Amino acid sequence: MTKSARLLAVLALIASSAAGQGNRVSPILIRNATVLTVTRGTLTGTDLLLQNGRIAAIGTGLVAPNGATIIDATGRYVMPGIIDPHSHLMVDAINEGSLSVTSMVRIADVLNPTSVGIHRALAGGVTTINILHGSANTIGGQNATVKLKDGRSASEMLFPGAMPGIKFALGENVTRKNSNTVIVQGQPQAPRRYPTSRMGQAEVLRDAFVRARDYRADWDDFRARTARGQRGLVAPRRDLELEPLVEVLDGKRLVHAHSYRADEMLMLLDLADEFGFKVKTLQHGLEGYKIAPEIAKHGAGLSTFADSWSYKIEAYDAIPYNVAILMRHGVVATINSDSDERIRRLNIDAAKMMRYGGLTEEEALRTITYNGALQLGVQDRVGSIEVGKDADLAIWSGHPFSVYSRVDATLIDGEVFFDRSREAAEQAELARERAVLEKAEPNMVPGGPGRAGRAPPTPTGENN
Amino acid sequence: MSRFMTGLLTAAVTATTLPAPAIGQLGSYNPLPGPQGTVVIRNARIVSVSAPVIENGSVVISGGKITAVGTSVSVPAGAQVIDGTGLHVYPGMMDAGTSMGLSEIPQGAASTVDNSETGRFNPNVQALNGFNPHSAHIGVTRVVGITQVVSRPSGGLVSGQAGVFQLAGSTAPAMALVPRAALVIQLPSASFGGGFGGGRGGGAGNTQEVNRTRELQLDSIRTLFADATAYGKAHAAWGRDRTLPRPAHDVVLESLQAVISGEMPVIFTADRAADIRAAITFAEDLKVRPIILGGREAVSVAVLLKEKNVPVVLTGVMDLPSREDDPYDINFAAPARLAAAGVKFAITSGDAGAEVRNLPYHAGMAAAFGLSKDDALRSVTLWPAEIFGIADRVGSIEVGKMANLVVTTGDMLEATTDTRYLFIDGRSVPLATKHTQLYEMFKDRQ
Repeated sequence: MTKSARLLAVLALIASSAAGQGNRVSPILIRNATVLTVTRGTLTGTDLLLQNGRIAAIGTGLVAPNGATIIDATGRYVMPGIIDPHSHLMVDAINEGSLSVTSMVRIADVLNPTSVGIHRALAGGVTTINILHGSANTIGGQNATVKLKDGRSASEMLFPGAMPGIKFALGENVTRKNSNTVIVQGQPQAPRRYPTSRMGQAEVLRDAFVRARDYRADWDDFRARTARGQRGLVAPRRDLELEPLVEVLDGKRLVHAHSYRADEMLMLLDLADEFGFKVKTLQHGLEGYKIAPEIAKHGAGLSTFADSWSYKIEAYDAIPYNVAILMRHGVVATINSDSDERIRRLNIDAAKMMRYGGLTEEEALRTITYNGALQLGVQDRVGSIEVGKDADLAIWSGHPFSVYSRVDATLIDGEVFFDRSREAAEQAELARERAVLEKAEPNMVPGGPGRAGRAPPTPTGENN
Repeated sequence: MSRFMTGLLTAAVTATTLPAPAIGQLGSYNPLPGPQGTVVIRNARIVSVSAPVIENGSVVISGGKITAVGTSVSVPAGAQVIDGTGLHVYPGMMDAGTSMGLSEIPQGAASTVDNSETGRFNPNVQALNGFNPHSAHIGVTRVVGITQVVSRPSGGLVSGQAGVFQLAGSTAPAMALVPRAALVIQLPSASFGGGFGGGRGGGAGNTQEVNRTRELQLDSIRTLFADATAYGKAHAAWGRDRTLPRPAHDVVLESLQAVISGEMPVIFTADRAADIRAAITFAEDLKVRPIILGGREAVSVAVLLKEKNVPVVLTGVMDLPSREDDPYDINFAAPARLAAAGVKFAITSGDAGAEVRNLPYHAGMAAAFGLSKDDALRSVTLWPAEIFGIADRVGSIEVGKMANLVVTTGDMLEATTDTRYLFIDGRSVPLATKHTQLYEMFKDRQ
């Protein structure tokens, strides 16, 4: 099925299910589940009532309201929808890397809501992702926090009330020492662009925040004079590069900083202290364990890979005990995917944290749920199973930390967006449509025996 | 005390009887294994793979071999006794699709990468001569229970010879279970262009032109094999009759003799159905024993694979589906479908080295999507050993086999399971690695 056809089919389903109920989604009662609440322990033989997009009740023997759909979860596990704090899903080109500072560009402007990766991520129990700009430059673009409401428009997927954020990047991806040595046939080498060293990266940041501070002062001055009744003042020229950085200085925009080596992270934390802002998360932060007390002192979170390492020089001292060390020092730590592939198995990555460093089951669960919500500023809405929170859930065939388990259903705001039991029927429908399309005249090779064109390559979205 | 700490203490106790382990190049840390002692693991759950599970049994190892397995075994005098209460004993796993030891840091450190030679025909180059026994990847891989790997060269059309290496020891020859295990041929792809991401990339271009180039490349491999066959005959003739003029010696053609004689199998990298079919036909042409490495679309060629008895080393269990309209679980479920079709296969992590330690979770994912748990375990133990002709030595817990054993806290394929003891070639292997070392160094830093 083509992207647009898939979208249409999904929309048709939604339209038919919503018919007769206005805009309200029918309530869902999940019965007799083992519930991993994350913040309030594990509850066995428990029912969950989902109403108006929220978790309305948690208990035993809950009564299904009229018109409720009942999901029998006997033998199954329910956990909060997984949160991936570092993804590039739904975006084809993630880097505007031509300048050292591209704080003006916005991921939210280029989201592709028909990306097939959404369905695949939902099938891994993921409901909320933080879509970040790439790591080509020191100050990259603005991120978008998204709920994976497959079939909806991009604007409907944006997480309401999520804190805005911005991507920073340090280290090898910015200096481009790697891409300068690899010549890809047919593609020009990455041109030289300041900075080409970690020293220069610090100066890009310092320069940008010095300018942002002056810009803020200009506006403060203008507003103060205007408030005092002065007339005829010319407002400072609006600067789309510096506006987001002023928001950072004012604590209204979260900094998510791609970084690997301990020294570069420390440089950023010191610089942030100097300018009076907070780094919300160190992204990747593979050597974070070497400076855990300093990260804790600044109050930064850290989002990392479970056990990826050795793929480049700055990843050579990465250890799978990173999260355990950080959490013991009080750092809010998460596991992320940074990949349309790995996003489908974050449960296994979190499970490894029990082996590497001995996290408890609940601590390990937090690395893909509640801690992610904290890092994105949406902890009041998602990340744990509590009455009043958004009904974003993953229902598993067994414990999500077992490699033998798989997702049976994924819900967002009380609606089912992935249902494994419907896959076979949907596949049959896709196969029928594909057969029809392959025979269609526009898909024939000109002059040759009828053969469909190749599927376009699947973007991997990896950018570690 | 955490399970992890117990593991470390165990390692420390073992290490005290050994020479102090040295830190290797780039800070690698693979402490050397101990001597081949006599050890009994008692009261453990024995998962032999080749026979039913023994819920409460013992394994005896001595002189590097497994000497007894059962519910009651006689304990040799002077044996070290390990109480396996609550623990599980498995044969070590095998990843048949790596380039372990040949590539340390692929980006930005080109001089740590030795996995391919220049040129298109390199049948004579051997992983054995590039395998770095002190790669840090080795230590972190073995402590999850992977005790041997196939490490192969890549690149060109005929890439070179893969070896099978056990993951303990201090020299490549000493670690080589099979120094020259298989020739690697990277057949050009019929239409996909191969390359980036295991064939996901687009090799658009003119189909006719692509296929013409491919035919020329296939011809060049046929020519190489014809030359090697002629070379073999000429030398055989000269061997019988020294009055004949001596044929020139040639290291390239000489290296193919074991392949032509059928002694050494050929790993053909192939993912698409058309390429797998082409590889099987090509192997019949050349009269060599094929092993398919990749196998993304092996399911759709399953009947042929079964009929020709061609095994598959499956790399893509965790790969994204190739097409947008493929089922999301097409690759997760592929092993179950291959098993149902009776195709012999092994599951590999498909990783060069650093992430080979994720092998058990690839097998576990296959089990989540329909493969039986027993077959999932076989696909990373006995089956790869059978495919590479070393099932008489590794892959299961049987008397007479090498003592490559893993003693775990639970199901070996689960990510939460920890390793308590590790034996390779009957030697106790310390569980410390570059990673535990850095952990110890920094965990309590204030």
